[in-house]
Amino acid sequence: MTDIWDDVKESEPESGTRAPAARQAPEEVPRPSGIGPLGWLRWGWRQLTTMRTALILLFLVALGAVPGSVLPQRGQAPEKVVAYLDEHRTLGPWLDRLSMFDVFAAPWFAAIYILLFVSLAGCVIPRAGKHYRSMRARPPAAPRRLERLPQSARFETDTSPDDVLAEARKVLRGRRFRVDVSDGAASAEKGYLGETGNLLFHLALLALLFALGLGNLFGYRGDVLLTEGKTFANSLNQYDQFTPGRAFNDGELAPFTISLDDFKATYETKGSKRGQATGFNAAIRYRAEPGGKDERHDLRINHPLKIGGTKVYLLGHGYAPVFTVRDAKGDVAFRDAVPFLEMEPRNLTSEGVIKAPDARPDQLAFYGILWPTAMADESGKQIVSAFPAPLRPVVTISSFKGDIGLDSGTPQSVYRLEGIGRTLQPVKDGQKLLEPGETFKLPGGAGSITFEGLKEYATLSVNHDPGRVPALVAAILAVLGVVASFMVRRRRVWVRASAGEGGRTVVEVGGLTLGNPTAEFDDIVTALRGPEQEPEPEADQDAGDQDAGDQDAAADQNDDAEPESDADPESGPATESKE
Amino acid sequence: MNSADLANLSDKLMLTTVVMYIIALVAYAADMGFGRRGAATSAVAKASVREKAEAKVLVGAGGAEDVADTAAPADEEEPEGSRFDWARLAVFLSVLGVGAHLGVLVSRGLAAERWPWGNMYEFLTAISFAAVTAFMVVMVKYKARFLGVPVMFAAVIALGVANIYLYDSVGPVTPALDSYWIAIHVTAAIIATGAFTVAGAATVLYLLKAREDARGGAPSVALAHVPSAETLDRLAMRVTMFAFPIWTAAIIMGAIWADQAWGRYWGWDPKEIWSFVTWIIYAAYLHARATAGWRGRKAAILSLVAFAALLFNFFGVNYMFEGLHSYA
Repeated sequence: MTDIWDDVKESEPESGTRAPAARQAPEEVPRPSGIGPLGWLRWGWRQLTTMRTALILLFLVALGAVPGSVLPQRGQAPEKVVAYLDEHRTLGPWLDRLSMFDVFAAPWFAAIYILLFVSLAGCVIPRAGKHYRSMRARPPAAPRRLERLPQSARFETDTSPDDVLAEARKVLRGRRFRVDVSDGAASAEKGYLGETGNLLFHLALLALLFALGLGNLFGYRGDVLLTEGKTFANSLNQYDQFTPGRAFNDGELAPFTISLDDFKATYETKGSKRGQATGFNAAIRYRAEPGGKDERHDLRINHPLKIGGTKVYLLGHGYAPVFTVRDAKGDVAFRDAVPFLEMEPRNLTSEGVIKAPDARPDQLAFYGILWPTAMADESGKQIVSAFPAPLRPVVTISSFKGDIGLDSGTPQSVYRLEGIGRTLQPVKDGQKLLEPGETFKLPGGAGSITFEGLKEYATLSVNHDPGRVPALVAAILAVLGVVASFMVRRRRVWVRASAGEGGRTVVEVGGLTLGNPTAEFDDIVTALRGPEQEPEPEADQDAGDQDAGDQDAAADQNDDAEPESDADPESGPATESKE
Repeated sequence: MNSADLANLSDKLMLTTVVMYIIALVAYAADMGFGRRGAATSAVAKASVREKAEAKVLVGAGGAEDVADTAAPADEEEPEGSRFDWARLAVFLSVLGVGAHLGVLVSRGLAAERWPWGNMYEFLTAISFAAVTAFMVVMVKYKARFLGVPVMFAAVIALGVANIYLYDSVGPVTPALDSYWIAIHVTAAIIATGAFTVAGAATVLYLLKAREDARGGAPSVALAHVPSAETLDRLAMRVTMFAFPIWTAAIIMGAIWADQAWGRYWGWDPKEIWSFVTWIIYAAYLHARATAGWRGRKAAILSLVAFAALLFNFFGVNYMFEGLHSYA
C-alpha cells in the first residue's frame, strides 16, 4: 500500500487524503479462508479497526442518542416515564425492554461506544508508537529528483557543496527543522505537532470516557427541599431523591449541615416581561462538620457552594404555607410549613396537601391551592394568580376526614392524598378561601385549620463527582489536540549540493508539505541563495504547468490535516532515493 | 439614548439589514447568472494567479516587477464597459448590511445591558451575523464570492424567521442565563454555527457541481461561475475544520457552565444530546473525507446531515422537547 507521501508525486487527485493502510476499507483485505480461530480473530480485529467500521460506529452512536431526546428518560424525568408507560400500554413495555427509557445506560448503547473506543484505541495506540519512532528516526533521505516535488528550486553558486550543506543545516535548524546531512544532501523534517495533536485528541477522548466512568462509579447526586428556618444534615434519609454511583458507599457522605435562613426571589415588575424572574438568592448557613464554625453563604444559580469535594446547587424554589390544624377536641394535631408544588410556572399557582394523622377522633387531611397574588379572573368567577411574588397570598382549602392510610405502612407521596372516596371522605361544605391569619372551622365541629403565613423553600442539589476534574483536563487536551492537528502540517525539505560545470555548485531544493505549498519554503530558498543571487529561470513553484484554475487544487491535493489520514513516515520518498 | 430608544434603533437597523441582504442576494445571483465573463473564469483562478505571483516575489526579489505586471491586469483587466458590475454592488451591500447587522446586536445589547443573545430572537440574529461574517472572511480569503447566493439566502430566511416568529422585546434574561459563561459558551456556539452554515453552503454547491460534472455536457448558467467541484469540496472542508474545534470548545464550555448552574457537567439534556449528535456526525464527516470509498459525495451528504442536526438542535430542541435549555 502506498502512502500519501508517494501519492503527492502522482497526479491522482483522490489519493491525497487516503487513510493509512491499516485503516483501509475491509474489501481491500482478503477474506480469510482456512486460517483457524487465531486468523479469524486477527481478521476481526482488522475489521474493527478499519476506518469504515469506525465511521459506522460513529453514526450508530449518533443514531442511538436520538431516542434519548425523543422519549422521556428515567435519569432525567422518571415521572414522565411512568406517565408515558401509562399512556402507551402496548408500545411502552416493548420500548422499556429495549432500554429506550435509559438509552445512555442501555447495554446496546454501551456496546456501540465500547466498540467505538476499542476501534479507536486499536488504531491510535499503534499509531502513537509509530509516530514516536518517526520523531526519533532520521528524516528520510532526499529523493533522487527533487524537481518533481510540489515545491522545488534550483540555482548555482560559487560556494562549495560542503559549505552549502553546512549553511542549509544552519538555516533549517534555525527554523526548527530536524536536519540530517548525508550523501551530499540535507534532509529536514518538522511539524510533528500535527500528528501529536491528532493522537492527543483521540487519547483525550478515551481519557474523557474513563473520567465519566469514574464519576458514575464513585459519585453521588441527591436533591433536597429545604424550607426557610430548617436545617439539612447530609445523610441519606434526608434526601428526597438520591442517585448513588455503583461503587458509592454512604460512609463517604461529607458530614455537613445547611440551614436556610432566607430565600428571596426577585421579579421584573414592569413592562412586557413583568413577572419574569430576575434573580434568586438563598441565604444559608452551613457547617462543614459537626461542631465546626457556622459559615454564611449566598447560594444563587450559577454560584454553587463548595464544601470539600461536594458541591451544593440551588435548583429551584417554591412556597411553603404554614398551617395549624386542630382536631375536634381543640388539640393541635399539626403545625408546620407545607411545601407546595407549582402548577404553572408563570405566576406560581401551587398545590399541596396537609395531613394531620394525629387528629382525633378522625384523621384530617386537606388539599390546598395557593395563589401568591390572588385576583379574580376576567369573568369575575375564578381566582387566578397575577404575579409570582406573594403580594396577596390566598389559599383555598378542601377538607377530608377519615383514614389517611399512613398506618398501613405503604409509603405515600407527601404531595398527594390517597384513598379519597374510600378511606378518606370529603367534608361537606369543607371548602374555604383563607388569607394569612384566617381560620376555617370545619362544619360539624370536626376541627379547624389556620393559614398562619407563607414561607419559601429552596430545592438544593448536592453532588460529588470525582471525575469532574479529570474530565475537564481531558476535554481541554482534546480541544488543544484537535486545534494542533488541524493547524500544524508536517513539512519536509531537502537540499542537495553537487559540483557543476565551471567550478560552480548546483544547489537543488525540494519541499513536500502535507497541504498547501508554504511560503516558508521560499524563505528557505531565499536564505540559502543569498541576496545577491540572480533567480534562475527554471525555479518553479509548482509541480506541473497546470491551468491556473486547477492549480490551487493540485497544489493542495493533500489538504488533509484531518484525522487518521496522516502518512506512514517510514515509507516516504526515502524509498525512492535508495534505488 | 435611553433603553427604549436603543431598542427602537435596534429594530430599525434590523429592517435595514434585511433590505440590504435581500438586494445583495439579488446582486449576487445576477453576478452568478450574467456576471462578467472575465470574472467567470472564476475568482479562484485569479486567486491562484495572485498566489503564484506572490510566491514568485518570494523566490527572488529580482522577479518582482514583471510579476506585478502580470498580476495587476488579471485583477482589473475587464473594462467596465456597458455591463453593470453586479459583484461590486453585491459586496458593497453586504458590507453595509453587515455593518447594520452589527448595529442591531450592539444597540440591542446596550438596550438590555447584557450580551445580546439571551433569547431565541437574539440568538438567531447573532447566528446569521456570524454566518454572513464568515462568508465575508471566506470571500476575502478564498475569493469565494459564489457563496454569496446560498449564504445570503440563508441569512435572509433566518432573519425573517427571527422577526416573524421569534421576535421578543428587550428584557432581562432568566437567572439561569445570568452568568459570564453566556459570553463564552454562546459566543462560541454562534461562531461555530455561522461557519458551519458557510460550510453547508459550499457543500450544497459541491453536490450540485459534482452532479453536473457526473452528467457531463455543458455547464449550466447558474453554475458557470462556480469553481470546480474539488475546490468547493476543499473549501467546505477547510471551513468545517475551522468550525469543528470551536464547536468542540462550545460544547465543553457548555459542560463547564452546566456544572456551575445545574450541578452536573453532562446530563443528557435534549440540547446536550443534539450538540453531541451534531459533533459526532461532523467528526464522521472529517473521518469520511479520509476514507476510501467515502470521499466526495458520501462525505458531503454526511456534512449536510450534520448541519441538519445542528439546525434541529436550534429549532427542534427548543420547541419540541422540554429540557433545561428550552428558553423559547
